Amino acid sequence: MADLLWLIPALPLAGFLVILVLGRRLGEPGAGVVATLATASSFLVVAATYFDLLGRPEEERNLVLRVFEWVPVGSLKVDMALAADPLSIAMALFVTGISSLIHLYAIGYMKGDPKFPKFFMYLNLFVFSMLMLVMGENLLVTFLGWEGVGACSYFLISFWHDRESAATAGKKAFVTNRVGDWGMMVAMFLAFSAVGTLSYGAINHAAEKGQIAAVTATGIALMLLVAACGKSAQLPLYLWLPDAMEGPTPVSALIHAATMVTSGVFLLTRMAPVLDAAHPWATDVIAVVGAATALFAATIAVAQTDIKKVLAYSTVSQLGFMFLAIGSGAYVAAVFHMITHAFFKALLFLGSGSVIHGMHHEQDMRRMGALRKVMPITGFTFIIGWLAIAGVPPFAGFWSKDEILLYAFANNRALWAVGMVTALLTAYYMTRQVVMVFFGEARWHDAAAAHGAHGDHSHEGEPHESPWVMTAPLVVLAALSVVGGGMQLPFSKSTHWLEHWLAPVVHGAEADIKGTWAYDNKWWLLVLAILVASAGIAASIAVYSRGRARPIEPTVLADGWRYDSLVSAVVGGPGRAAFQAVADADAGIVDGAVNGTGRVVLSLSGLVRRTQTGFVRGYAAIVGAGAVLVLAWFLLRGWT
Amino acid sequence: MIAAVVPTTTWYLVLAAVLFGIGTLGVMVRRNPLVMFMSIELMLNAVNLSFVALASRLGDINGQVVVFFVLVVAAAEVVVGLGIIVSIMRRRASVTADDLADLRG
Repeated sequence: MADLLWLIPALPLAGFLVILVLGRRLGEPGAGVVATLATASSFLVVAATYFDLLGRPEEERNLVLRVFEWVPVGSLKVDMALAADPLSIAMALFVTGISSLIHLYAIGYMKGDPKFPKFFMYLNLFVFSMLMLVMGENLLVTFLGWEGVGACSYFLISFWHDRESAATAGKKAFVTNRVGDWGMMVAMFLAFSAVGTLSYGAINHAAEKGQIAAVTATGIALMLLVAACGKSAQLPLYLWLPDAMEGPTPVSALIHAATMVTSGVFLLTRMAPVLDAAHPWATDVIAVVGAATALFAATIAVAQTDIKKVLAYSTVSQLGFMFLAIGSGAYVAAVFHMITHAFFKALLFLGSGSVIHGMHHEQDMRRMGALRKVMPITGFTFIIGWLAIAGVPPFAGFWSKDEILLYAFANNRALWAVGMVTALLTAYYMTRQVVMVFFGEARWHDAAAAHGAHGDHSHEGEPHESPWVMTAPLVVLAALSVVGGGMQLPFSKSTHWLEHWLAPVVHGAEADIKGTWAYDNKWWLLVLAILVASAGIAASIAVYSRGRARPIEPTVLADGWRYDSLVSAVVGGPGRAAFQAVADADAGIVDGAVNGTGRVVLSLSGLVRRTQTGFVRGYAAIVGAGAVLVLAWFLLRGWT
Repeated sequence: MIAAVVPTTTWYLVLAAVLFGIGTLGVMVRRNPLVMFMSIELMLNAVNLSFVALASRLGDINGQVVVFFVLVVAAAEVVVGLGIIVSIMRRRASVTADDLADLRG
């Protein structure tokens, strides 16, 4: 099986190349079908690899395929190598699986778009890059995928680039991600100088053997955190993700909810032994960043009116949960939540896309309502997604969130409290969204009339259910959101399937919470989590459905705590002045030194040049005089 | 009475010095490039003469060998030099070396 690993990223790459060359001829929906088939067949290869690994004993579940020697420079030897181990295959499974569904969905969503083939070309390139990221055997291959997904994210956010806001959002995402890329590069340099290789296997082995000094490991861990903060949209680098909603909705679902934004979590899990070798405060920093982001983004989500912005801030918040898990040493819980989140958040995004599609590109939730009647499948699946993210048992999100909170409690009770408040807010704002969109009274008649007056739609402006290519993925994802929690159930040792599966990757670093108060009372914590989720849902229904209280939606929250404008003010004002000063110093001092050398040489040569009179007989006289002088010198010195 | 005057080496050396002096003077005072060229040839041959004279006096064949080298170099130099002079002559009607000062600093 190992020699077929190359097929996994190669199939989407082939799809990309085919559409690149034949895109116009394939047209619509041909290009979409090619892209979907490429991704789906990649999923089949991943599944085959999964079963292959499953059939092996635990310690042999690590296949490595060296495709070619990539960078042989001195002591730096980097292979283009792919690895299939429990973590990378778990990632690849849900990446290719969800990507296939979203590709299928996009055939319906992008119907009639003039750049239809190009969209699928980018999607396939993205899947290729993402697979390189998760299956890379060393940091450099991962970095290749890391940059690839960043570039595809940029292409796809600004896909409708004739819209000013979309072009700006794409640039913002690209520039913000660059800060994270810097962290990743420094982490690579540190790892190479400490271990002399970039291979995950060797680095993690060295970390487990204690061959990496704690200071170095801390440095690597913090730089990886910077990298992960950029890609996974954590404080203080989260602000590109809400703007990324300018892209088409399948992109939001695929890149900005399910796959790319989880790559930070993946990277930290991949390097778990290094994090374990670092000073303990390094993981505390990760946990604090995660908890702070989770709470911060959840408060903002409460006051958003754009259907996609709510989900965007919700994504940031849920990613914060995963960072909290990693900081608490709960790597399995982080991966667990990453997978269940991919299921239900992709479902919610695709559902919102279906709503937007059915509402003729209306995104304001204040103009929706009562849509469950006209869009029954979308409404039903969206409600399942809502129950999953709100933490209602037995849906997937409940189990994974509870696992994280359990470890957080064992690690630090203050962070657990922050997590609980976030869970409350999550239930609250998601209920608010569901009520505003699918229940209550229909507020879309005015908007529909306006659309009808323009006469730009043949459906007379009425909302309508989406075609089967869009609803089928919704149904599949809804089913996964219901049963996804079954991967890791807390009942007994034998129901911890994901933990057993990931054990070879994270065994040393995973926190052991047996015997702590939290572990002994985990059922009480579970009940408390259910109560908190119910309280959030009940409060939201009271406010938005029954009208018992006025909604609390201060503008400071709608503006995201004004963090965005603060960053603009700082970077645009003092930041810009500082950059200008650096640029001036470069022009004045560095360039000045170079130009000054040139000027000195020029003026000196101006003096010497005067001796070249162009007067041939003059030269002859000088040669003659020189000869006489040399002769005279020899004669006077005495001929020896 | 005129005895058989046997020319000594000194005579040859004096002649060589005179020829060399005439050549040097020619290069410095004449403006016609062709004449300057001839003067240089004169200087070269003055040196050749001293080489041969001293070789005969000291009984050392090396002096005569060097003369051949000088002749070869002189021939090559004539080819290059005349080529330059001819191509200059083609461009300009009358030429003095002093006019060719385009490369002055």
